Amino acid sequence: MKYLLLINASPTPSGEVEGCTPADWMAFDQEVRDAGIMVSGESLADLVTATVVKVDAAGHRTVTDGPFAETREVLGGFYVIDVPDLDVALDWAARCPGSRDGGNIVVRPIADFD
Amino acid sequence: MVEQVFREERGRLLAALSRRFGDLDLAEEVTSEAIEIALEKWPIDGVPPKPGAWLMTTARRKAVDRLRRDKTYAARLAVLQVEADLRDPAPASEFPDDRLQLFFTCAHPALPAEDRIALTLRCLAGLTTPEVARAFLVPTATMAKRIVRAKKKIREARIPFRVPSADELPERLPGVLQVTYSIFTEGYAASSGADLQRVDLADEAIRLARILHRLMPTDREVAGLLALMLLIHARRDARTGPDGELVLLDDQDRARWDRTMIEEGRALVLTAITGPPGPYGVQAAIASLHDEAVDVATTDWPQIVALYDVLLALVPSPVVALNRAAALALRDGPEAGLRLIDELADEPLLQTYHPYHLARADLLERLNRRAEAAAAYQRALDSAGTDPERRHVERRLQRLSP
Repeated sequence: MKYLLLINASPTPSGEVEGCTPADWMAFDQEVRDAGIMVSGESLADLVTATVVKVDAAGHRTVTDGPFAETREVLGGFYVIDVPDLDVALDWAARCPGSRDGGNIVVRPIADFD
Repeated sequence: MVEQVFREERGRLLAALSRRFGDLDLAEEVTSEAIEIALEKWPIDGVPPKPGAWLMTTARRKAVDRLRRDKTYAARLAVLQVEADLRDPAPASEFPDDRLQLFFTCAHPALPAEDRIALTLRCLAGLTTPEVARAFLVPTATMAKRIVRAKKKIREARIPFRVPSADELPERLPGVLQVTYSIFTEGYAASSGADLQRVDLADEAIRLARILHRLMPTDREVAGLLALMLLIHARRDARTGPDGELVLLDDQDRARWDRTMIEEGRALVLTAITGPPGPYGVQAAIASLHDEAVDVATTDWPQIVALYDVLLALVPSPVVALNRAAALALRDGPEAGLRLIDELADEPLLQTYHPYHLARADLLERLNRRAEAAAAYQRALDSAGTDPERRHVERRLQRLSP
């Protein structure tokens, strides 16, 4: 069963994402690959580079800069892993550096329409 | 008698089938079908020698029939089954007791707290959805929706049917115990409604704790929880008067306490507090001291205060602090107790907590500070949840006015 781990990091007041070192992330990434559960995963570029597109009923497109982080956390990246059940997915989420220092990981099963 | 058999077997069947098929809905449907068939056949053919195994075989056959009819569903479950077997080879016994797995699934932290209690009542206590709705005082349709939602999450997020490993257990077991105790406390002191106690719910919680204790006989907190509930429930008949009114500990007719329950609880307390105590074990030890005393005056208050000190270190909550203050008032006098209670005055949790205002009013009355006592009784009246609690406070208010 595939699960998406959405990594919400907690930025410091200066806007920097606090907490883990790049080495922590590289170690976690290696663990996920070695365990043979990696489906895909990316880390996202800085929040200030994000852009929002909306299309209204008339088909007009609006482009704005954003998204503005309204919550305390910002989406920093994701993993898709393939593991037997939610408990195993939660174990991996708990090992992810993004779950610490005020950040959190949202774990969502990926729908299976077969 | 037959009711009893079905009630007991229903939970075991449901647990075994949920684990086997990874699907609570399917397990519930085929369990009900098997019981229906038994209700038709047994009166004619006689009860089979192994009723549990008979029901299990019938239910399993029904499940296989259903899966044959629905190929996609079957394929999905087959994958689940292979994965589950790989991780956890099937137990040797023909019909093992899988209820512990189901307890942990129903109390999984990924489910909202109220859904955990509802599912446990539905799947392990065997209450029907309307009965669970009544326990929560919500409409049946609301409860049905909530149970469907919880089952959907178990199925689609694939919350596993398993007992957590030894290293996860300290993190997960308190959740299971909490669910059981929440059912009990709602039975012991209903949060609202016409009746003070709901003995059926308290009985149900004790039944669940007995199952847990049978499945985990060496766990001290499980023993502690069962002991605590037995020792409190032993006083149920003395806690209300002839008109359903509240009778406080001082005024209870101790001859009406259930001695058998007290003895059983006391034996369990010994198990619970042999070794470093957990919160339930300590609370059970406190309840045991109350039950052993002949009256309030000769109760071992120094020992109770000492136990509350231990409890407060384990569970630093304002409610525990309030209870400690009340015990201390009985050891050192109302003035000392009131001083501690007033220190808790700013706790947000206690602002609308009925027992807080009642305890404060009581101590003020004992100190003959009548005007302040009346004001505190008024606040107790405002925060009372049930009619007997309200009537109790009204009576005490009347007694105060000259």
